[in-house]
Amino acid sequence: MKESSYDYQIVRGFTFSALFWLIIGLIVGLWIAFQMFNPVLNLTPWLSFGRLRVVHTNGLGLGFGLAGIFASSYYILQKLTRTPLVFPGLARMHLYLFNAIIALAVLSLFAGMNTSKEYAELEWPLDIAVVVMWVIFAVNVFATLIKRQEKQMYVSLWYIIAMTVTIAVLYIVNNLEVPVNLFKSYSLYEGVNDANVQWWYGHNIVGFIFTVPILAMFYYFLPVSTGLPLFSHRLSIISFWSLIFAYLWTGAHHLMLTPVPEWIQTVAIAFSIFLIAPSWGSVVNGYYTLRGNWDQMRSNYLVKFFIVGITFYGLQTIQGPTQGLRTLNSFFHFTDWVVGHVHMGTMGWVTMTISASFYYMIPKITGTGLFSIRIANLHFWLILVGQLIWTVTMWIGGIQQGAMWKATDPDGSLTYTFLDALASLYPYYKLRFAGGVVYLVGIILFAWNIVMTIRTSKNQPLNQ
Amino acid sequence: MGVYSKPVVFAILSAVVILIGTVVTVFIPMLMPSTQPVSDYIKPYTAVELEGRDIYIREGCNNCHTQTVRPLRTEVLRYGEYSKPEEFAYDRPFLWGSRRTGPDLNRVGGKYPDSWHYKHMQSPQSMFEKSNMPPYGWMAENRLDTRYSKRKMAILDYGYTEDEVEAQIEEYTVRVTSQSYDSKEARDEVTPEKFRNELTEMDAIIAYMQKLGRDVKNLEAGK
Repeated sequence: MKESSYDYQIVRGFTFSALFWLIIGLIVGLWIAFQMFNPVLNLTPWLSFGRLRVVHTNGLGLGFGLAGIFASSYYILQKLTRTPLVFPGLARMHLYLFNAIIALAVLSLFAGMNTSKEYAELEWPLDIAVVVMWVIFAVNVFATLIKRQEKQMYVSLWYIIAMTVTIAVLYIVNNLEVPVNLFKSYSLYEGVNDANVQWWYGHNIVGFIFTVPILAMFYYFLPVSTGLPLFSHRLSIISFWSLIFAYLWTGAHHLMLTPVPEWIQTVAIAFSIFLIAPSWGSVVNGYYTLRGNWDQMRSNYLVKFFIVGITFYGLQTIQGPTQGLRTLNSFFHFTDWVVGHVHMGTMGWVTMTISASFYYMIPKITGTGLFSIRIANLHFWLILVGQLIWTVTMWIGGIQQGAMWKATDPDGSLTYTFLDALASLYPYYKLRFAGGVVYLVGIILFAWNIVMTIRTSKNQPLNQ
Repeated sequence: MGVYSKPVVFAILSAVVILIGTVVTVFIPMLMPSTQPVSDYIKPYTAVELEGRDIYIREGCNNCHTQTVRPLRTEVLRYGEYSKPEEFAYDRPFLWGSRRTGPDLNRVGGKYPDSWHYKHMQSPQSMFEKSNMPPYGWMAENRLDTRYSKRKMAILDYGYTEDEVEAQIEEYTVRVTSQSYDSKEARDEVTPEKFRNELTEMDAIIAYMQKLGRDVKNLEAGK
């Protein structure tokens, strides 16, 4: 298959979309991080924390995360099947619809149209648009897979298929709601059931957006950017099936010690602990792929993104199940510890892997080298340091908060008021804000580097 | 191996694999009585309380406040009796939250008089200097929109007739606008003159605050 017949326009379009929503989402993130220690930035109703936090999570999770996934999925799909996209026009529609949805999502969330269910806040008309968009994506994925030139499907394609199927199930089931009018609806489920459905969704939407497709990138881009074959095909098979099987049982670890039936909580704990195995299956597979070639950590700027990224994934997947244990959960739940946990995954694992994937894909598409490897290295160190300041601060803050909530005097009464514990966190919140600024600078360099790579290539004749 | 060269079979197999845990931990529990207990002492929301709840959702209050007290000693000491499944029978959606930047609210009903809430919503920092809660004084400058109240009640199937919904709104309006309202002074202070004789969004969200945990407290008091 000739390079020129592949549809790279779509990869480029989603790459730009991802970078755009990434920067918007991070600016909103900094805004709310500031509000956490100084409420003065709650300037208007639509700039109040309650509305903005949702803009932040949706803007980054859906805007940046999904766009990055679509960009790399369209690339990986064509490369691994050695087949151009079957419906390039449909893919173009996908790109426009996606950006229209995210823009409307941001506007509607600013306006307070919000179902309150985490990561499923969009109101029903947008839910329908999301489902239509997903079907458009799935049609292209399966049509291209069916028409493929390469007989065997490589690991990355398994993960893309699993994401395509699972997100559809999760999104539809959790967003079943009865409309009141165009801007308001009520969940189909009530109380305990609503909670159980929501966190089955909430946990797995994170799993099948921030884990599964990111692993697809990892399994493809690590070998191609190092020139080393994947360590173990068998290990990747075991990891894949046990990961997607076990993931769906674990949602209730978000509902520990709530009125959700105790057996559902206990099953969730057991499967959460089990999940360490398949997660580390991928980590080990990545590490061993580099065996004997660890010097690439120094010589190949992409490798450190992938290896440090998968290391954060490994830490994340030990921290997560541990937090799910009842005793530890009773201490950490509802504190900033969990906020730190989430951000190690998103700022560490997800963003580092997507960054390196873009750095690999875009020069391949343009046929030129990366604009600046030096800037890429600086980007790496800034987002690493920014993220560590951010997360470590929140872990320490979370421990302090949990301890202050639980502290009692010898007579059995509470030592601290709620406000004592909150106010004691402000120094941490300021440090977190500083970490976020460092991170944003790194990301701006990233976006600049990608944009300049494409711009400088346009000045040269197409070389393919 | 066969399945790795058959995308459609692979997709079906993946769907089966992910549905096993889903069916066992989510779909089957939906049909079990333990996830939908009801109790006579838990009353559905009135129209005004429901409108207040919808404002709570609109403003994303659940991003900072939880509504579930866990059965832990210090938690019960701080907030009150731990949360039971039947308390949430009328909650669509549930609002348990996932982060406590502010305190849990599942037992806030009756803890403070309405006047406290008017002042606190207007300026949390005037009462707690170090609070980071956004001020919500502007809610008193918005007339409460009750155009959809009947429709909402019909969808949620709380068992109120349309007349009862109207009566609830009327009754609450009379209560907070009357000269003898115990929190009149605080309400007048935050409410612009033109809305003093009507319901505002602030009135509704305070009605909702006062409902949270009230039925449980009444039950405890009656024991």
